[in-house]
Amino acid sequence: MTVPVIPIEHVLALAAALFVMGLVGVLVRRNVIFLLMSLEIMMNACGLAFIAAGAKWGQPDGQIMFMLILALAAAEVAVALGLVLQLERRFDSLDIDTAGEMSG
Amino acid sequence: MDLLMLVPLAPLAGALILLLTEGRLDKRIVGVVGAGSVGLAAVFAFVVGLEFQRSGLASHTYAMWTWMEVGGFAPAIRLYLDGLSLVMMGVITGVGFLIHLYATGYMWDEEGYSRFFAYMNLFVFAMLMLVLGDNLLVLFLGWEGVGLCSYLLIGFFHTEPENGYAARKAFVVTRVGDTAMLLGLFLLFREFGTIDISAAMAGAQEAWPEGSSTATLIALLLLGGAVGKSAQVPLQTWLPDAMAGPTPVSALIHAATMVTAGVYLIARTHDLFLLSPEARFVVVCVGLVTLFISAFTALVQRDIKRVLAYSTMSQIGYMFFALGVGAWSAAIFHLMTHAFFKALLFLASGSVILALHHEQDMFRMGGLWRKMPLAFWSMLIGSLALAALPLTSGFYSKDAILLTSFDYAWGGPFFWAAAAAAAFVTALYTTRMMLITFFGESKTEPHDHSGINMKGPLVVLAALAVGGGWFGLSPVGSVLPDGGLSAQDHTSAVALATMAAPILGILVGLLFFSGRVDRERLANSRVGDVLGRFWFGGWGFDRLYDRLFVAPFVWLARVNKPDAVDFVYRGTVVVMRRLHQVVALTQTGRLRWYAVNMAVGLAVVFLLAGVL
Amino acid sequence: MNILALILLMLGAGAVAGLSEKFHPAAPKWISLATFIVTLAWVVAFIVGDGYANQHIAWIPRFGINIVLSMDGLSQLLVALTLFLGIVAVVSSWTEIERRPGFFQFNILWVMAGVVGVFTALDLFLFFFFWEVMLIPMYFLIAIWGHEDKAYASMKFFLFTQISGLLMLFAILALVYLHYSATGVITFNYYDLLDADLGGDIAFYVMLGFFAAFVVKLPGVPFHTWLPDAHTQAPTAGSVILAGILLKTGAYGLIRFVVPLFPEASADFAVWAMFLGALSILYGGFMAYSQSDFKRLVAYSSVAHMGFVLLGVFAFHEVAGSLVVNELAVQGAVVTMVAHGFSTAALFMMAGALQERLHTREMSNMGGLWTRAPRMGAVTMFFVVASVGMPGLGNFVGEFLVLVGAFKANIPLTVAGALGVVVAAVYGLCLMQRSFQGTPNADVPSMRDFGLREMGVMVLMMAGLVWIGIHPQELLDLSAPVVQTLWVVLP
Repeated sequence: MTVPVIPIEHVLALAAALFVMGLVGVLVRRNVIFLLMSLEIMMNACGLAFIAAGAKWGQPDGQIMFMLILALAAAEVAVALGLVLQLERRFDSLDIDTAGEMSG
Repeated sequence: MDLLMLVPLAPLAGALILLLTEGRLDKRIVGVVGAGSVGLAAVFAFVVGLEFQRSGLASHTYAMWTWMEVGGFAPAIRLYLDGLSLVMMGVITGVGFLIHLYATGYMWDEEGYSRFFAYMNLFVFAMLMLVLGDNLLVLFLGWEGVGLCSYLLIGFFHTEPENGYAARKAFVVTRVGDTAMLLGLFLLFREFGTIDISAAMAGAQEAWPEGSSTATLIALLLLGGAVGKSAQVPLQTWLPDAMAGPTPVSALIHAATMVTAGVYLIARTHDLFLLSPEARFVVVCVGLVTLFISAFTALVQRDIKRVLAYSTMSQIGYMFFALGVGAWSAAIFHLMTHAFFKALLFLASGSVILALHHEQDMFRMGGLWRKMPLAFWSMLIGSLALAALPLTSGFYSKDAILLTSFDYAWGGPFFWAAAAAAAFVTALYTTRMMLITFFGESKTEPHDHSGINMKGPLVVLAALAVGGGWFGLSPVGSVLPDGGLSAQDHTSAVALATMAAPILGILVGLLFFSGRVDRERLANSRVGDVLGRFWFGGWGFDRLYDRLFVAPFVWLARVNKPDAVDFVYRGTVVVMRRLHQVVALTQTGRLRWYAVNMAVGLAVVFLLAGVL
Repeated sequence: MNILALILLMLGAGAVAGLSEKFHPAAPKWISLATFIVTLAWVVAFIVGDGYANQHIAWIPRFGINIVLSMDGLSQLLVALTLFLGIVAVVSSWTEIERRPGFFQFNILWVMAGVVGVFTALDLFLFFFFWEVMLIPMYFLIAIWGHEDKAYASMKFFLFTQISGLLMLFAILALVYLHYSATGVITFNYYDLLDADLGGDIAFYVMLGFFAAFVVKLPGVPFHTWLPDAHTQAPTAGSVILAGILLKTGAYGLIRFVVPLFPEASADFAVWAMFLGALSILYGGFMAYSQSDFKRLVAYSSVAHMGFVLLGVFAFHEVAGSLVVNELAVQGAVVTMVAHGFSTAALFMMAGALQERLHTREMSNMGGLWTRAPRMGAVTMFFVVASVGMPGLGNFVGEFLVLVGAFKANIPLTVAGALGVVVAAVYGLCLMQRSFQGTPNADVPSMRDFGLREMGVMVLMMAGLVWIGIHPQELLDLSAPVVQTLWVVLP
């Protein structure tokens, strides 16, 4: 049986769409939780692109990169949630703009 | 003659002893060390002189060590004795000793007694190095050394700011001349590869014809040094202010010895000046101009020491004049007799000043001739010698100068007449000084406590001021080109006029200053007033130099205190700070703003990559 | 002599001194003093024994980097001066430093070790390494123990030396690369690079890189402005080290590296360098006169004195149609370096002593101090007179030789330099007048005069100046072989 091949363009278009959605989320949302979620979407978009590229060329590199992204995402979430807690405690809010103290 | 080394060494030892004990010695011991070391030097000098005369040698050198040796430049620390340095050595140690002796009394009540004698001894050492040095570098060592001691002693009472100013002025003004001299020395070294005086002189005579421009240049540069040290125009302004020092200092340094160093320098390098008639002409002019300017200035001074200071300048002017017209021996002869009578005048005036509790204004003295007979008679003898009355020592030397000047190739009779006229003015101001100080009504009561140590030197110097010229000056004959003092044969008219000028001056002075002429009216007339003030201020040289050099320098220094060069660097800092501020505006602290920047930045990069 | 051991000893002693603070607050200064005395004795014994040391230890052979340390006459002279002034620095700050004495002595010993390295390293990489080693502790000395404006001054010092040092690093790398492309050998060795035959233009720019580093350190006008600030703000020991030794590393660099490595480029540049020298003499003297801060005045006078070094080192003169290095003038520069080390270190020590007693450096707050402390007055007078250039004292010999040598090279610039002697008299005597003479300041009722400790050091330095002044031959003989083999003839 032949496996239906999804054209790489479709996958990349999906990845790009996800990435842009994530980016827009990062740029427009002020709530840190949503921000982090948008970030996750962006990372997964990248991962998707890697997978697609790996499948296209029949190389394992793309999957390795995705594993790396997974590990990164896990670490990032761990640190980021800690920061979110601190933010909540210090500023009594989850609005990222309240933590704008490091202005030049 | 190995004692020669001990002549400068004795005062040096004295200075070191007094410096290292930091004034903890008993005053009497200080006096013994201070005056005794110079006395010892005088004894050594006498013995050496006798031996030297008896040996019949033209010169004697005593080598100590090579100062430094670099690439063929090897000046030695070596002493050189010939007729000229013998005379100088005798004057320095002899007159120096008498003045030291006098100072043991004069300075008794002053603070820093030990420091004073330390400086004085150091001065005598440096002066001896100056006249005994066999190369120009040792001479320069002494030259700067006497300048330093002069600075230290003018500013001896250092808590008075004016004294410090006078001392600094003396040092800096003479340094200007010293720099010229240093350049002359460099030039001489470049030409001959040596700064040994006799070798360089021999080389100069061999290498250059008469009238050589290099010889003229070197001679003029050396003259620059001489002019500074000897307070001649245009570097004369420091000497009157130098009278801020204690009177024995004025007598020793600013009358008898240091200020005549310029005369010695020119006499020592006479071969160079012989090669350059132009340089000699400049020397004549410098001497004559100084002679006139300072004689007229002396005529209107109030301060007795300033009168003597201007008189010193004018007498050294005579010496320069003599050197220029070719009366070499007469110049040195006058140097010696001047040392006698001017030291006498200073010491006698010092006695008066001390007795009047440091009163120096002649117009507040008066009527002292009965109350201070010794001071009066010493002063009178000194004045007569200064005015060059026949039979006094000053007469013989000045007469020799004037008569030789008549034969000077470039306008002899004119210069003779001018110098004779100056002799007239000299007699005039001398008479004025004597009349105002010692005659008329008494204004201040003197308290004379001077002991034998102050009176003795006066008597000895008075004897020298009279008799010091009777025997001529034989030792310098072998050194100087004119072969010693020679009998001048002139028409009796010239000789008579030369002799008559000072006598006339004294007579006119007596007439004028003893009250028989209404001086007030003359002084208050328009011309008299302007001229009097102009003369009183030393012909405006001080003000001119102030405007020309001092004021701009001080102004610029004040304005530029923060250092203009630093503005470049501080400016850089300011510009960088501003730029940083601009860049810092982008740092808002808002995370989303950064994210937008990143996104836009990436987009731009991709776009650019696509376009290119 | 084992130079590496000497340097390591100083570094180690520095570490020990730093730690010893915990046992006793006075321990560091004793350790430091003992180290300097021992090392000085070692070096002097070595010099007296006519030794010549040369060490060669592989370090990073792959890049031609080795530990090459050598001590010829010039290095011996400067190392001995360094260690002697180390003693002076420690003694002058004997009672001044109360905060963190251990770290203070650590820094002093490390600066000095760096300087000894600079004076002995003959591998350009090692040289640069030591150049940096001496910089950082000096920065700490100013930044931690300095006076009111220490942050600004230390940063300024750091930036000036660091930026110019960077230029030197580029120049070193360029030199090594050019040598590599010509011969195929990578080496940082001084002797190998001496033979590098560089082409005209590029050599000129590489030379400028070295020159920049050294002339900033020297310092020559117009790169001098870090010096008054750094000197004024540094603690006494820092000023003594800065003026006495760190400036000499610049002069040493010119003599050791710039002229021998780039003879032709140096000769081309000579007029400009001499011009900077004359300018430094006059401008430094003039600026010194305008100051009212005792230390700043002395600092600017250093600029003037170092101008003589610049004037002397570059006074190439013509002999039989070819340019040769000017032995008189370079020897004069060497003597000036040593004599200035003594006279200025003493004056800075005096400034420190006055500040410790009066809590001011402003001369308008002084005046008439001679009556309060005659010994200090006499000592200051001596060193002022020395720095004014009185014959019979060390500075005169140096300046005279420079001028008499430079006269053969360039008359107008020599005349300008000679005029600096007049300016020196102006500012030197003003210093004396404003601080020690004049009307005694009523606000200063009494002042402790110098005691045995301070007087002892001062007497040593006075003796040194008199010795250089009347019999400099030993000193000249030490540096003569170095100067003579610097570089012989240029077509």
